[in-house]
Amino acid sequence: MQSLVIVAHGSHLNPGSSAPTYDHADTIRATGAFDEVRTGFWKEEPHFREVLRTVEGDEVYVVPLFVSEGYFTEQVIPRELRLDGWDVSEWDSDGLSADQATLIAEDIGREVHYCGPVGTHRAMTDVIVRRAESVTGDPDVGDGFGLAVVGHGTERNENSAKAIEYHADRIADRDRFDEVKALYMDEDPEVDDLPEHFESDDVVLVPLFIADGYHTQEDIPEDVGLCEDHTEGYDVPTDVDGTRIWYAGAVGTEPLMADVILERAADAGADLGTALDDVRETTRVATGD
Amino acid sequence: MPEPTADSADPPQGDDPEPPEIDLPSDAFDAVLDALAERDPGDPLRFEGFSVARGEETDDEGDGESVSDEYVLADGDRPTRLSERELHAALSERAPAVTDWYVFERVVGEFGPRRAFLRWLEDANGATVAARYAALAEGIERAWGELRITATVTDRGERRYDVRHADDAGVPVDELDAYDDPLDARDLVTFDEKGRYRPLKTAPSLAGDWVFPDLGPRDAYEAVETIYPATVANWHREREGELDVTHWREAMERQSGIYGVIKTWDRGEGYEHVNWVAEACCDDSQCLKRREWEYDDETDLDVDGGDGVFPCREPCSVVVSAARKWTRLESEVPRTYEFELTPSEKEQVEDIIDAVADGRIDEIREADTKEGANRYRARFLRAKLFDDEGNLGGVPTDPDEEDEE
Repeated sequence: MQSLVIVAHGSHLNPGSSAPTYDHADTIRATGAFDEVRTGFWKEEPHFREVLRTVEGDEVYVVPLFVSEGYFTEQVIPRELRLDGWDVSEWDSDGLSADQATLIAEDIGREVHYCGPVGTHRAMTDVIVRRAESVTGDPDVGDGFGLAVVGHGTERNENSAKAIEYHADRIADRDRFDEVKALYMDEDPEVDDLPEHFESDDVVLVPLFIADGYHTQEDIPEDVGLCEDHTEGYDVPTDVDGTRIWYAGAVGTEPLMADVILERAADAGADLGTALDDVRETTRVATGD
Repeated sequence: MPEPTADSADPPQGDDPEPPEIDLPSDAFDAVLDALAERDPGDPLRFEGFSVARGEETDDEGDGESVSDEYVLADGDRPTRLSERELHAALSERAPAVTDWYVFERVVGEFGPRRAFLRWLEDANGATVAARYAALAEGIERAWGELRITATVTDRGERRYDVRHADDAGVPVDELDAYDDPLDARDLVTFDEKGRYRPLKTAPSLAGDWVFPDLGPRDAYEAVETIYPATVANWHREREGELDVTHWREAMERQSGIYGVIKTWDRGEGYEHVNWVAEACCDDSQCLKRREWEYDDETDLDVDGGDGVFPCREPCSVVVSAARKWTRLESEVPRTYEFELTPSEKEQVEDIIDAVADGRIDEIREADTKEGANRYRARFLRAKLFDDEGNLGGVPTDPDEEDEE
């Protein structure tokens, strides 16, 4: 019996924080690739500490719904799941290449496959592009557009910036958008000065965050100048200093994220049948005609 | 009367209610045949009150042709040899016991928490099949947190479950919002009845007016798991004597990052601060879990752990987050402030703290100025006692502020 456990941050304050986790779990359930799909949280229930005891399967894949390797994926989750003998060297990662580690979870006395975070997977690049398609309503968006991929920066975690750069570089290599830039909230180049970094009249701004919350709904819209105060809301697109900014909100809410979760489990050995193709098909952006 | 075999339960008592008529469904009968096919001849499949085995191959005629009877039924009398058709008839007569086996062995399955919970709902480890089916026909009700779960049985022996808020007990289904997908419960638990986000699923603030009127066993378990995550698993571990309790000190030692500071709150000077935390957060009025964690494995807290059905095995994330705040606040050094209050004003301050702590402010009527926590009373107190900077009695929080002026 094959089980998927999606672990995410959750929130004590924001009721929408867990929504993307539940949505992606539902998408994956609908594929039938796993006998069960469970969700666990740091700030909601079931907690990381107790989620594994709700799992029935003997092949357990744990996928962190986090954007980068760091404190949560390297310390908090393995500790709280009680992965026996965990050491970050198990992943042998340069900050982007964590794939999976197979360890006994002491809580249940069974092996689990602990996967790298979704945010650093190569398939995440496609989700960022898909997010740009969603927010513009154009499945072919690119020509005449710039794309800004935005993250925290290195203040709290040096790998955060690595993930942003990795995806920005990969998208740039595709020559789809006129310009692609990695911007940050707490270091240069800063997202506050977005129009200065782009020549294009239209720029899609995709924050590399899992859920919409304080950063994506308050911080970034105000810093970029989409609105004076987040409570006023903003239009998509919004003209800022002559640049039309298409603000996408958290990339983690994009339905194609379910694909990255599946990719992580597949890389760790899960048998998925046709689920990957199914998810890529069902989450496509309609052409609108 | 034959002696009961080791396999059979106690014979039904005379005052037991009559069990309902049960038709043996073909999937239950097929499951019996499948189970027997997987066993060696003579290895019995046990039901309550009887067992069935595949017949040993015999050569009664001595003509070298074995076969004849395919199955052997033993119910305390002499074992009876039966063809498949006769077996079907015999099992149909015993449909309650056969469908009971089928429900728990084939529908519910082995997973420990789910199996234990669904058996507990109908006292399957204590009551006979006849007594249970009679009770299920009437509906067996169980409480789980704020839930009311009613188990029933169909005339085919299948279990059905009605899951709803206890406050909605007895309300006709068509007067409630009805759901059939247990995952829909995620939306039912997100907000309380005033629309406020519920960060703690076991808080006694579950809103009502909904019902899962007709769930199968697995979906009933999933609905409960969704509404009160991991409570069944922890309850099951406790019943098995295997609940892993992590006490306060060990739980706080484990914290890191912004929560690493909490361990400094334990200064080896007693555990009164943890009593306060438990009284603030873990009281039954705040959380339905029964607190089993203490200060450490040698030091119990002085506060009652509550009466919940399901246990709390360690400080939860809400307690940890609050404890971080209290660790900071409690590091402050007390000062002496001097205010002048009338006796009624002192009591009013106490009333306001009580009303907020007990979540009663919405119950205090607009014009009920007898209540100290009444809004007009509170506004009057503020108008009278606060200065322009919001300082109570005009006394600055930081005494240096006064010197600077």
